[in-house]
Amino acid sequence: MICFILIQNLVGKTHLVKWYMQFDDNEKPKLIEEVHATSHCWRCQNTNFVEILNKYCDNVCELSAFTSKVYSVTDLTLVTSKICETSQMKVLKLQSLESMPGDHL
Amino acid sequence: MPAVSKGDGMRGLAVFISDIRNCKSKEAEIKRINKELANIRSKFKGDKALDGYSKKKYVCKLLFIFLLGHDIDFGHMEAVNLLSSNRYTEKQIGYLFISVLVNSNSELIRLINNAVKNDLGSRNPTFTGLALHCIANVGSREMAEAFAGEIPKILVAGDTMDSVKQSAALCLLRLYRTSPDLVPMGDWTSRVVHLLNDQHLGVVTAAASLITTLAQKNPEEFKTSVSLAVSRLSRIVTSASTDLQDYTYYFVPAPWLSVKLLRLLQCYPPPEDPAVRGRLTECLETILNKAQEPPKSKKVQHSNAKNAVLFEAISLIIHHDSEPNLLVRACNQLGQFLQHRETNLRYLALESMCTLASSEFSHEAVKTHIETVINALKTERDVSVRQRAVDLLYAMCDRSNAQQIVAEMLSYLETADYSIREEIVLKVAILAEKYAVDYTWYVDTILNLIRIAGDYVSEEVWYRVIQIVINRDDVQGYAAKTVFEALQAPACHENLVKVGGYILGEFGNLIAGDPRSSPLTQFHLLHSKFHLCSVPTRALLLSTYIKFVNLFPEVKGTIQDVLRSGSQLKNADVELQQRAVEYLRLSTVASTDILATVLEEMPPFPERESSILAKLKKKKGPSTVTDLEEAKRERSADVNGGPEPALASTSTASTPSPSADLLGLGAAPPVPTGPPPSSGGLLVDVFSDSPSAVAPLAPGSEDNFARFVCKNNGVLFENQLLQIGLKSEFRQNLGRMFIFYGNKTSTQFLSFTPTLICSDDLQANLSLQTKPVDPTVDGGAQVQQAVNIECVSDFAEAPVLNIQFRYGGTFQNVSVKLPITLNKFFQPTEMASQDFFQRWKQLSNPQQEVQSIFKAKHPMDTEITKAKIIGFGSALLEEVDPNPANFVGAGIIHTKTTQIGCLLRLEPNLQAQMYRLTLRTSRETVSQRLCELLSEQF
Repeated sequence: MICFILIQNLVGKTHLVKWYMQFDDNEKPKLIEEVHATSHCWRCQNTNFVEILNKYCDNVCELSAFTSKVYSVTDLTLVTSKICETSQMKVLKLQSLESMPGDHL
Repeated sequence: MPAVSKGDGMRGLAVFISDIRNCKSKEAEIKRINKELANIRSKFKGDKALDGYSKKKYVCKLLFIFLLGHDIDFGHMEAVNLLSSNRYTEKQIGYLFISVLVNSNSELIRLINNAVKNDLGSRNPTFTGLALHCIANVGSREMAEAFAGEIPKILVAGDTMDSVKQSAALCLLRLYRTSPDLVPMGDWTSRVVHLLNDQHLGVVTAAASLITTLAQKNPEEFKTSVSLAVSRLSRIVTSASTDLQDYTYYFVPAPWLSVKLLRLLQCYPPPEDPAVRGRLTECLETILNKAQEPPKSKKVQHSNAKNAVLFEAISLIIHHDSEPNLLVRACNQLGQFLQHRETNLRYLALESMCTLASSEFSHEAVKTHIETVINALKTERDVSVRQRAVDLLYAMCDRSNAQQIVAEMLSYLETADYSIREEIVLKVAILAEKYAVDYTWYVDTILNLIRIAGDYVSEEVWYRVIQIVINRDDVQGYAAKTVFEALQAPACHENLVKVGGYILGEFGNLIAGDPRSSPLTQFHLLHSKFHLCSVPTRALLLSTYIKFVNLFPEVKGTIQDVLRSGSQLKNADVELQQRAVEYLRLSTVASTDILATVLEEMPPFPERESSILAKLKKKKGPSTVTDLEEAKRERSADVNGGPEPALASTSTASTPSPSADLLGLGAAPPVPTGPPPSSGGLLVDVFSDSPSAVAPLAPGSEDNFARFVCKNNGVLFENQLLQIGLKSEFRQNLGRMFIFYGNKTSTQFLSFTPTLICSDDLQANLSLQTKPVDPTVDGGAQVQQAVNIECVSDFAEAPVLNIQFRYGGTFQNVSVKLPITLNKFFQPTEMASQDFFQRWKQLSNPQQEVQSIFKAKHPMDTEITKAKIIGFGSALLEEVDPNPANFVGAGIIHTKTTQIGCLLRLEPNLQAQMYRLTLRTSRETVSQRLCELLSEQF
């Protein structure tokens, strides 16, 4: 099962983190550091999830990752570490629907 | 309202983020952040009420700052306020803040419950979705308490939107994981099962996850999901790649859902309905067929998705273990993967094949790949893959290929990674023993092991070879010759010196006829290693020397000289010094006859289970011990038996008592010699699959335990699946207990493994012996297990009986306290009043008496009390106590080492509904324990 999701930039700054297991608050920074150390050179462009993010945001960049869209896409794809929706089109459609109501910005 | 370029962008936020990005140093960044924090704080504290937009913007900034790794200690209230906004973007930022920060501040949860409740009931599905995601993200017990009742309703309501159903299903799953007790099964379960039929594949995916988890714990409730899952799977597998539209992922139809359905099916045995079963077999065949088709795309996503489904299908085939045809096909498929260029695939293939090797249907098919696996062992670059290759070789080993496999493992051992050497050593030792037809091969193999990887040969391994050599006459001469030759190597491992010393000491005479290995040569050869060895080995060698004195009278003088030398007689190590002194004296004073008796050849070791297996299991950890091994246990039950881990320095240990007098030392205490015997302990369960973590004691175990203090037979434990009955008898310090395991269901229990667990303390004082039981228990059947009990010394704890087995698809783990208590070794003693009080007075030392005053838990009936005291084991002495209402008892506790007289007196006080219990024995711990046990009875 997926224990957590972490999106970082190359320098190791965290842009998105979701915990699907209970971790100690002290443990979290340690884990994040460890993940960065082991994975910053590792490429993973091929998963469904990253593909959705890329389609949605052109390319996952810092600003877009932060402005909460990624968080909501994550919530639509994965709930409590289980796959919720695997259809890329459906996720994107839902996401655009969600931004509409009452949104006047 | 600031101008924005797109969507819900917030300019202030964008500026802040780009400022942070442009910071040249860490200090500059902190400075910028502090400035912003001050700004936000003043806005929040300001008199002017903030509008939703500004609140959202500032909360966003705080969130960003938090994600950069800084602490946030304010702004929570503003975030909570955002939850009640009617604007999606504001509400969403509020929820985001909560789900990111909530672990750092659990106080928040109470504040948001109300808002979440409102959104959960909202007519706007988007809001319901946000609330569900929030509950799932937090997932705490408080959340479960507040909402666990609500979510099943949303999940099965007719008018719920698909996307909300998906979120609700997984949200419920999360709550079930945190607090299963708060998610009671009910009417909704049958409707959830029908979600597997839903038109929306996303809903089916989410429901499949939920049902799988629930079905593991409540198989009966979700039994109907099997046929639905099969028909859904069948529709997916047979669909054309375009049928499922966007649920097709790189030409693979709904791979995630397929995997989930296959996992769900692994919670259950093969379907009983032939139609369903046939359909499932078709599905699995189709999946296997598709693996043979040329790939529809060169993209890695395509093959990944396809293989994911394939591997899950193979897991299901292995789980069912009932269709020979499918098993063999699965094996062939994995065989192809063994040579695939993707390392991950090779790894997975090796791993899955390990389980296939355990099935009687596919064992032979797996064996055909032996050359490929051996090749993998030699050429794989990744150590974890090589490790799996070792596992598979071990799994596929049987009598027909043992020699080849052992030889390959030995040659791999020369270059093996240090991390896995010890494990390979254990595996080789086990295989060599298990499949040895010719024991000279076994001896050669173990000596090779010591030569190649001496440092990794644990004590268990070399104890074992000695046990086997001692117990088998046919190999003794060969063993002596071989160790003699091996010892001639200029540098040999200390473990070899130990084995060599021991074997030559016992059987050196068998090769002494050959002038090349004359007694003196043997002695010089061993003694040339003496100075390089550690103290325990030297001690062992000294024992060998004294055995030589008996075997070869002609070398007596030489050996006495050695023993007499200053370096021995005045050795700083007490153990060595004592041995040298005693052996020298023994060799001087004893006649040949006495020497021959004292230093006689070791008697055969009693046949017991191998401790090497236990060691391997401990080493490998529970997760890696596969089904295969447990299946193998059946086949190898007979070969596992073997001598107990031996005493290293047997010569002294076996010395009969006359030696004490011979040495003129009076009744010297027995000399502890050599390395202590490995604590073989009770190794009933040497192979179990699955988490060998022992379950906590079953509820009610303590009560049941107490009921057995005064009786020997009855039902110890019972739940819906299993009943455990006991029948036991005790005499003096020995006892025998029959444990009856009854399967109350109509389904077989698989991998049924009862284990007796004793703490180290208990193990020293209470010796238990038992044999493993058959790992399958048919529905409605009962198996029995006999336990031989010996009370070595008084003890206070009780052993725990842990039972692990598989029922349907689920793993069961039950622990109960086994009622073997000190009072079982009571023998009643009748005595007259006068004697009783005389002894009572003799035991007047304060440590000898233990008294307890307690409230009656049962009605105070004289006859029942009498029966209990008799059941407790002591004699009930009538007309001893001047007060006829009191009860007096006497008895002797028998242990192997000693007998302990016990007196007891129970004084009831009917008015106060109290008892006073007094125990007097010659040993404080015994008084204490008996008082504890007996005071629980009234």
